[in-house]
Amino acid sequence: MNKDKQLLPTYERPQYWRSLEELRGPGLVTERDSAAALADAAGLDRRELVKYLGVSFAMAGLTACTRQPTEKIVPYVRQPEEIIPGKPLFFATAMSLSGYATGLLVESHMGRPTKAEGNPLHPASLGATDAFSQAALYDLYDPDRSQSITFLDEIRAWPAFLSAIRVALEKARTKKGDGLHILTETVGSPTLGAQLLALLRDLPGARWHQWEPNNRDRVWAGAAAAFGQPVETILRVDRADVILSLDADFLACGPGHLRSVREFSARRRPRDRQKFNRLYAVESTPSVTGACADHRLPLRAWDVEAFARSVAGLVGAGSAAQAPSDFAKAVAEDLKSHRGKSLVIAGDDQPAPVQALAHAINAALGNVGQTLITTDPVPVRTESQIDSLRQLVGDMDKGLVDTLIILGGNPTFTAPADVPFAHALEKVGLRIHLGTHQDETSAHCHWHVPEAHFLESWSDARAFDGTASIVQPLIAPLYRGKTPHEILAALSDQPERTSHEIVRDYWRDKLSGDFESAWRQALHDGVIAGTAFSPKALAVWKSAPPSNASAATPETAAGSLEIRFRPDPTIYDGRFANNGWLQELPKPISKLTWDNAVMLAPQTAKRLALTNEDVVKLEYRGRSIEAPVWIQPGHVEDAATLHFGYGRTRAGQLGTRIGSNANALRTADAPAGDRGLQITKTGRTYSLATTQQHDVMEGRALVRSATLEEFERQPKFAHEIVEEPESDLTMYSSFPRQEYAWAMAIDLNACTGCNACVVACQAENNIPFVGKDQVSRGRAMHWLRVDRYYSGSPDNPTTHHQPLPCMQCENAPCELVCPVGATVHSAEGLNDMVYNRCVGTRYCGNNCPYKVRHFNFYHYSTKFRAPSMRMLANPDVTVRWRGVMEKCTYCVQRINEAKITAEKQDRRVRDGEIVTACQQACPAEAIVFGDLADSESRVVRRKASPTNYSLLGELGTRPRTTYLAEVGNPNPALAAAESKRS
Amino acid sequence: MAQIFHRSTNTISRVSIFGAVFLVALLGWLFYTLEASPYTTQQNVAREQPVQFSHAHHVGAIGIDCRYCHTSVERAAFAGIPPVKTCMNCHSQIWLQSSFLAPVRDAYRDDRSIEWVRVHDLPDFVYFDHSIHINKGIGCESCHGRVDEMPLVWQASRLQMGWCLECHRHPEKFIRPKSEVFTMGWAPPEGINREAYGLALMKAYNLRDRSVLESCSTCHR
Repeated sequence: MNKDKQLLPTYERPQYWRSLEELRGPGLVTERDSAAALADAAGLDRRELVKYLGVSFAMAGLTACTRQPTEKIVPYVRQPEEIIPGKPLFFATAMSLSGYATGLLVESHMGRPTKAEGNPLHPASLGATDAFSQAALYDLYDPDRSQSITFLDEIRAWPAFLSAIRVALEKARTKKGDGLHILTETVGSPTLGAQLLALLRDLPGARWHQWEPNNRDRVWAGAAAAFGQPVETILRVDRADVILSLDADFLACGPGHLRSVREFSARRRPRDRQKFNRLYAVESTPSVTGACADHRLPLRAWDVEAFARSVAGLVGAGSAAQAPSDFAKAVAEDLKSHRGKSLVIAGDDQPAPVQALAHAINAALGNVGQTLITTDPVPVRTESQIDSLRQLVGDMDKGLVDTLIILGGNPTFTAPADVPFAHALEKVGLRIHLGTHQDETSAHCHWHVPEAHFLESWSDARAFDGTASIVQPLIAPLYRGKTPHEILAALSDQPERTSHEIVRDYWRDKLSGDFESAWRQALHDGVIAGTAFSPKALAVWKSAPPSNASAATPETAAGSLEIRFRPDPTIYDGRFANNGWLQELPKPISKLTWDNAVMLAPQTAKRLALTNEDVVKLEYRGRSIEAPVWIQPGHVEDAATLHFGYGRTRAGQLGTRIGSNANALRTADAPAGDRGLQITKTGRTYSLATTQQHDVMEGRALVRSATLEEFERQPKFAHEIVEEPESDLTMYSSFPRQEYAWAMAIDLNACTGCNACVVACQAENNIPFVGKDQVSRGRAMHWLRVDRYYSGSPDNPTTHHQPLPCMQCENAPCELVCPVGATVHSAEGLNDMVYNRCVGTRYCGNNCPYKVRHFNFYHYSTKFRAPSMRMLANPDVTVRWRGVMEKCTYCVQRINEAKITAEKQDRRVRDGEIVTACQQACPAEAIVFGDLADSESRVVRRKASPTNYSLLGELGTRPRTTYLAEVGNPNPALAAAESKRS
Repeated sequence: MAQIFHRSTNTISRVSIFGAVFLVALLGWLFYTLEASPYTTQQNVAREQPVQFSHAHHVGAIGIDCRYCHTSVERAAFAGIPPVKTCMNCHSQIWLQSSFLAPVRDAYRDDRSIEWVRVHDLPDFVYFDHSIHINKGIGCESCHGRVDEMPLVWQASRLQMGWCLECHRHPEKFIRPKSEVFTMGWAPPEGINREAYGLALMKAYNLRDRSVLESCSTCHR
């Protein structure tokens, strides 16, 4: 021990902080729930309040004296095969977002889908999911979905719609299709693509447009510049030793990001030094990828091209730039020493020249074909969506469009500000909108047809590598929704064909072997074997493209900033605006909920004399909106970021009129933003709800991190920061071990902070969302939260994520203080919460050092009372009611299920048989759950790692959940220069 | 100044002070008795059903096995209430004209479920699993009583937590050989020590430690 101690000076613990307020000093923790405040609010004096409390307590006691109401059991008349009441079934399907599919296995309880999980056979999932696919179930049962076909807001029947569309079609037919336009989002479904192309063949004058705000126009243009044709570039992160991200958030979004995370994290195990990769991130807005980087350089999006150019010059992919920065030199050296094993990724938002530069650098380094594979594009068409939309708007404006069929999407809301879509739409004779909600677009359309959710439809989709999946329904359409396939069928000569028939017919001659068995196999597996695109060997253009004219645009007015538009990390482009789970999900870096805000660097905010929650006026290219300010440590200076997706005017009960509409500033020529933003203070403030200031644990070694070098010198660094008491140094008797001892290990080195686990937990455990007001009072109910800490300077801090479920302490402080025995220990080490005993004293929550207990201040679960939302509940987990404490149970329902199955077969539960919801969702495999009593289990092996430590272990709580400390791999050449930072 | 209270109030106050203890105890006893009484638990109350189905006839007289109708009892948490089709397996052949069976025939013809009244209803925060009890040698009869003697089914047990724990704490008093789980009226071999016999079965069937069976999360989640 003493010998180790002498090594200590080699490891300097960075100063961790959680928010700017905390870095500045104490204060700001407000107690809003004191009895005095309550009495004041109720307008009573203290005595009277106590009287009322006493009476209500006595009355509440009487409610126990009731008989259970009589229930009915309603069995089937003829029970379907396979269904055993009480046993869920799992079906493979796929969710598409912006044209790319993620394979899912969806749990169904007697025909009622309740939970989405990743499909291990699917290349884009590998068993994991992201937050969007976890929250898809909420969208299915959203009570605000449109429920009937309407014509000018009056309910109509499907045949009436069919005859209307037939009339329009006949008219178009006489003109060979002229005047018939179809607008879709990015189409990745082969069947839908084939249907559209067939229609265009049939009616050569008809037009198909694609538009969605988070499109990949620049990616295709860049690929076309570098490879001569728009190709899909598949990242092989597993083969890359050194990765440079040029404003790319490849670990959080984009095609195949779940796979990238898996491959990235798998190469960050400190004991496997040879394989340990290194990530450099150059970015303007702090992102999940930037938070994972070993070196992060904040750079305005505008300056990324110059940076890329200097790296290209240094690695021999173009003319050498003048005076490259130290960062660029170090990166280039590192890339050069890993030829064929490095990877340069340009962000989807970066203009085509940067994309092409990235390809050129990769080519010069010999990475193409190694870490970067090129294949045919996954979307059916890769034409520029912004041009496509402009052309449509131009045609509409000229009155050339008789009929516009909008298949999904919400272009009225998402169209750039300088493309007057809504205005031009008014000039179209017949406007038809297929959508899941009555939204901004349907308000401008004659016909609105409810769209079937993907869990209600037959369709197909392709993953990032081309692997096709059949999308199969889990439930019949709740509101007789229609799929795009059926709308297009209505335009063909077989108007009554169902999606099922259409999709089957498409694949009939494309599946090998007997069709029926191949089809069944494809449905069962969730992937169609052998459909991945084969790599394309293409001549690569190895030198950097010349800088284009736009790069020479003069700096706009002095004092102006750069504005950056990015899709929102939780509600995407606005399509999930009415999804309560995603709205309340803290954004990965800012931890804001229910709103968007203008992100500014601390220095920039200081210069403009702005603080958090100040409402500012954003003026950009002659348009202006107002938005509150959020100071984001690590944001690049002289730039602002505004996420688009907020500011919906017709989203539903939850999503309408919250946040600021960035689309009102976005322009078609610079969809990701440009310079020229003016910010002026309005003098007003707007309160933002963040989970960041909740549950602050100050001045303690919560997250522990070191560099790879430090780790090798001192493998047990995580233990030497804080001395943990010996396990026998306690007055309590040691915890008796039964056959199983459940435990969890969370690898902080793998965690990217993506939040998928948080939504997975919410879906699995019937956790309600509480709304903005309650979140700002610290009442968010997430059983599992991801805490975010910073270390280093606020201008470019290192970001740390720490998922925090219940620690399941062996000496649980919460249990000692419960007056009614509502929280007690199970024999297998679970800290059980017994809802029906809880009387709501909240002592346990007060005594929990980890603040993982959550109290139902109101009857939050009433959301389950909307008939459709009741179907969302997991029947294996109690729905909690007002006045009850709740917390993470390690998914005890899954533990019990596995134990019962094992016991019936007279064996032990096997390692890996129990997978908690958070573990299942995690793309990085950061969370491992298992049995401590099984010496071979993964969790035991993980806990044997020298970096394993207990959170606040010095308190003697002996948590069953432990963490593996972070180990970074900084470049020694840069680390010296940056040591000032930490 | 005259006394406000008469002297007799002293006695009253003494009686009420000491009486209060008994009063509280009485109230407590009353509350507990009411809670555990059939009035609240519905124990031993035969329930009216949409079809006058007699377990006494089908199980007791004909001898149909429990699992013929309650198909998932060995595999799932829910024992399973038979679909109408199960009734019609026989009753499309026999008792075709019986007026008792009219609701069954109607349901089958109209494809409309029969709504049975739930007899054994545990609170929603209890997650009871039939299959594990069956597989560990707990007989149907132990909880459901002599179903073969019930014309209309009633709840034979209290179904309150104290009653559950009687067995979870001492399974040896109730466990039986797995082969006898579905037998009605089973009794342990004569002259045998019930407890030793039960403990041997518990060992053979690998029942968990009492501390596990008693843990809250075994039934509540």
